[in-house]
Amino acid sequence: MPVQSTRISWLIPALTLLLHGCERAAPEGPPTLRWYVFKEQSGAFEEAARRCAETSRGRYRLDLADLPTDADLQRELLVRRLAAGDTDIDLIGMDVIWTAEFAEAGWLLPWPEEAAPSVLRGRIAGPVASGSYAGGLWAAPFTTNTQLLWYRTDRVPTPPQTWGAMIELAESIGPDGRIQAQGERYEGLTVFFVSLLASAGGSVLDASGKQVSLETAPTRKALEIMKRLASSPASDPALASSREDQCRLAFEGGGSAFMLNYTYVWPSAQANAPEVAEQMGWARWPAVEPGMQSHVTIGGINIGIGAKGRHPALAFEAATCLVSEGNQRLAARMGGLPPTIAALYDDPQIRAIFPFAEVLRQTLADAVQRPPTPVYSDISLAISRTLHPLREIDPERDVDRLRAAVERALHSEGLL
Amino acid sequence: MSRPALDERRLGWLLCAPAVLAMLLVTAYPILYAIWLSLHRYDLRFPDQQAFVGLANYATVLTAEVWWRALFNTLLITAGSVAVELLLGFALAMVMHRAIFGRVALRTASLVPYAIITVVAALGWRFAFDPTTGFVNALLGLDQAWLAERWSAFFVIIATEIWKTTPFVALLLLAGLTLVPGDLIRAARVDGATAWQRLLHITLPLMKPAILVALLFRTLDAFRIFDTVYVQTRGAQDTESVSILAYQALIARLNLGLGSAVSVLIFVGTIVIALIYVRLLGVGVLRRAGRQE
Repeated sequence: MPVQSTRISWLIPALTLLLHGCERAAPEGPPTLRWYVFKEQSGAFEEAARRCAETSRGRYRLDLADLPTDADLQRELLVRRLAAGDTDIDLIGMDVIWTAEFAEAGWLLPWPEEAAPSVLRGRIAGPVASGSYAGGLWAAPFTTNTQLLWYRTDRVPTPPQTWGAMIELAESIGPDGRIQAQGERYEGLTVFFVSLLASAGGSVLDASGKQVSLETAPTRKALEIMKRLASSPASDPALASSREDQCRLAFEGGGSAFMLNYTYVWPSAQANAPEVAEQMGWARWPAVEPGMQSHVTIGGINIGIGAKGRHPALAFEAATCLVSEGNQRLAARMGGLPPTIAALYDDPQIRAIFPFAEVLRQTLADAVQRPPTPVYSDISLAISRTLHPLREIDPERDVDRLRAAVERALHSEGLL
Repeated sequence: MSRPALDERRLGWLLCAPAVLAMLLVTAYPILYAIWLSLHRYDLRFPDQQAFVGLANYATVLTAEVWWRALFNTLLITAGSVAVELLLGFALAMVMHRAIFGRVALRTASLVPYAIITVVAALGWRFAFDPTTGFVNALLGLDQAWLAERWSAFFVIIATEIWKTTPFVALLLLAGLTLVPGDLIRAARVDGATAWQRLLHITLPLMKPAILVALLFRTLDAFRIFDTVYVQTRGAQDTESVSILAYQALIARLNLGLGSAVSVLIFVGTIVIALIYVRLLGVGVLRRAGRQE
């Protein structure tokens, strides 16, 4: 049958091609390490990886595997691979909130005693705590981040100290006085809540991380502020669907007087909206009561080592190199990512990149961690679900609802 | 049965066997595995705590307020989209059936939305309704954050679904329309039946099998809606569908036990829908088919 034989003769080369595509190129030269990290637009991570591979003098190569920029999506992609025991993952650029979950699930190698001191020397306490879990170090602090209050110096003579003062001030400014905050139902809403709660003197879990805390008075205070913000004419009408980037865009649009956001908004405004950047001031995140200090949650990236990777010793070496001072400078200069080495905040070069370095350092010194528990993502879902939309919060009723939801999430019960 | 007939029958089974095996492998195995998982506590984040828990996962799902809300949302999206799709699809099918000029062009053009990948279509609609980048607000002179509120978000989701799958319904109905004999319609006209009567008493009853197929396919499809909701709201504003719940439990929380229980319940839901259709519409169709034989 001529027809069939031609079909088969066409199929065989195609199949061979396909199978070849699946095969890895034969390993030649030094082993290649894979660093799974979010796609950093400036190329700072690529450059750091290139430098480290260079200084290893040919003992390893370091390739980047790009993850999405959205933190939820990064985690989803990673946990799927990690749970399946993917051996391709050598280094992981970890969001600070993944430490407990990844460590508990056995997806990471703990930092060995002899390697840990070199990645902890001179580091700020907050980022170190974010990479630690159950008495060990699981991820080396690389960059850090936290929110500041950004405001328009042309509309606001002195930055407000408290949430109450800020909302009043914003309302008195009128249509150009909007406050940009994160009110969408996602992890950012949990961050907002945890910062308010910590600033009011409360915490989601107790010190052991096994029991729900959510003390009544601070929790109610935090909810009252969220409710007040959402029902104020000064809040953005799209508050219920705004994330960090929507806030940034809205602020760059010019119709807002205040924004709670991470430091990346500063280089962004200079590039996209120079006329707004000129009028942009910064201050500490507002406190909940006069005379109190705010405690803001800490963000940033730590570097962990995959438990199933093929070259763990080289991976630790590469990670140590990536988080070194030179590469923290690089990340600051190219990507605008704040360093975790305390001394760099006095460095004139760094201060030129972050004119707000002093406020940032103070904020980081008082910063808090998001609940360090393996079920953080469940707890975060429970919190953001219970509190969204902010305008429908009823502080009286929702303290109990919140406690019940977090309780269920902590025991990984129920649907979320 | 005679010997050759039996042999032939066996040959038939043998020839079918590879297909049956493949079906079992790709559908029965995952279904059974999901059922097995749903009876266990199986969370990939706590690999040591695996245990048989009986129907506890089902109890958790069925007592959760979230499940019933998601089910309501799903049924709402299903009913809203399928009903409108059927009406629009019917109208579109009529137009395509009657068109004299540019028939091919018309049929091709009407299929374009169906050819677009759902995620792309959902993104397109999301951008269109976005208050800052979209054109819908400018067109209508509104200042509405469509996806930030529950009912307007439902509206956008359902509209996307309708836009996307009406051509599919129209195509199925068009096939049904071509089955209606032209002689019958002409005879009815001679007998003095109005256009409405011809539609109601001749066209529609003869199209019943096609309508049933279109409804069944679309309802089952709509009941499992995932991509449009995921892209447009990610389930926020209380627009979660049951598939989103399964995704959250399985992919985001790695709780395979609980997630599988949700998946199995969705599977049961689709079976129930199929049974209802066959009962309500199918019996008549089958009986008539039997009489014609």
